[in-house]
Amino acid sequence: MTEEIIIAGFGGQGVLSMGKILCYSGVMQGKEVSWMPSYGPEMRGGTANVTVIISDERISSPILNAFDSAIILNQQSMDKFEPKVKPGGVLLYDPNGITRHPERRDINIYRCNGAEEAARMGAIRSFNMIMLGAFLKIKPIVELENVLKGLKKSLPERYHHLIPQNEEAIHRGMEIVEEVYVMEKA
Amino acid sequence: MDEDFVLMKGNEALAEAAIRAGVDGYFGYPITPQSEVMEYLTAARPWERTGMVVFQAESEVAAINMLYGGAGAGKRVMTSSSSPGISLMQEGISYIAGAELPVVIVNIVRGGPGLGTIQPAQSDYFQATKGGGHGDYHLLVLAPSSVQEMADFVELAFDLAFKYRNPVMILSDGAIGQMMEKVKFKPQKPRWRDDELPEWATTGKKPDRERNIITSLDLDPYRQERFNRHLQEKYRKMREEEVRFETFQTEDAEYLLVAYGTSARICQKAVQLAREEGIRAGLLRPITLYPFPEKEIAALAGRVKAMLSVEMSAGQMVEDVRLAVNGRVPVEHFGRFGGVVPSPEEIVEALKQKLIND
Repeated sequence: MTEEIIIAGFGGQGVLSMGKILCYSGVMQGKEVSWMPSYGPEMRGGTANVTVIISDERISSPILNAFDSAIILNQQSMDKFEPKVKPGGVLLYDPNGITRHPERRDINIYRCNGAEEAARMGAIRSFNMIMLGAFLKIKPIVELENVLKGLKKSLPERYHHLIPQNEEAIHRGMEIVEEVYVMEKA
Repeated sequence: MDEDFVLMKGNEALAEAAIRAGVDGYFGYPITPQSEVMEYLTAARPWERTGMVVFQAESEVAAINMLYGGAGAGKRVMTSSSSPGISLMQEGISYIAGAELPVVIVNIVRGGPGLGTIQPAQSDYFQATKGGGHGDYHLLVLAPSSVQEMADFVELAFDLAFKYRNPVMILSDGAIGQMMEKVKFKPQKPRWRDDELPEWATTGKKPDRERNIITSLDLDPYRQERFNRHLQEKYRKMREEEVRFETFQTEDAEYLLVAYGTSARICQKAVQLAREEGIRAGLLRPITLYPFPEKEIAALAGRVKAMLSVEMSAGQMVEDVRLAVNGRVPVEHFGRFGGVVPSPEEIVEALKQKLIND
């Protein structure tokens, strides 16, 4: 198993930490992982993205141009990464602020109203965990138990009291994710 | 579940490995994309764990001269910076090579020339492997291509630096510095006690020995020539004993990619993609850039049809590949540079266009 994922959105949406938690979950499950962020001026208020790879084998390139899955959180990232999902791959997005919805018909498209749900839960910072939950519902590449262990390992101890809230957000994401377009099985 | 592994950035792993290797002192000045090294060291407070000194110098020039002093006293000292900062250090590095002192210098390369960009590049290859400062000297240059190697090469660099009394450079780039992977650390080693310091160190003259003198100055040209011959003999020994490299799918390869660091990781994927298309590609990854694996590349020149040097530069290592191949097979270069990182697909395309369509 090798899953090559791009997570992309605005700086401040929790893109990089979502990737980190996913990686830690992979480590807890005994997988090889890599986390390659965009860094530099574009992150300060602009777009942020991270390439996450989780694999049973040693990972070759941490830098990729084609992805099995894309988690897209803003329009710029939709424009940039929709074309880079491999045929048959998965595109998950939050429709909040999206003006041009994905159009491809050779990939599987899912929508999760994460930002709206996070606001409803009164926990806007849980947005990224809602999206992570949605993704894991579509692609259960790591077990939930290991995600919780990963959360614990990646969060500094002073934030451990927030773990139950994050867990709830992951479950919420799993519940509210919707299919937009799913390819017929050949 | 792997409890022993932690997830860390390359820069952080290097910093933690330095503490665990029993390094005596780190002196540096912040610059993107390597600032995490000092940030990590400052937060980890190694002066409480091992007594290791962590000091933010007033400039890179000051930092490298602090290394000169620390190493002269027999201490294990290191610095890290990124391209423009390493350029500032060149005078000091030449003096350290001339004074035969063991230090470790880490360059997390960014795009240049000048202030350039903060994105990853490999355009400091010439500077690292051909000298960099003035005079006939070489650094021993290690090129990690994973976060684990960023950690492992710190102790290796110190071992080699003290074995040869020569500065060692870890030449990495912004991508490996910033990416996170699993890393496993060795247990903490103690710093050297005073009675374990090398005998050449300037630790105060004892009545039973001559003074130890650390200098790079000798005005007598004949003595200076003799000293230079001694340096050359040292570099010859390094070329014989310290070449390190790794090969990937070279057994039946018709086309060989040569790449180090981040480029080597991307090339592994390119080799896989090329093989899916029926192109028998392989990869040689130099781990030491000086000494360069010239014999191994020469041997492969007898077996492959052509080679492609893949670098995040406009073509630097390709010159060493061509020297090693010595005209026996075509050697081409493919690079993205100025902070742009090539994709595996682009490399396969370059392989087809430059090596196969000829």
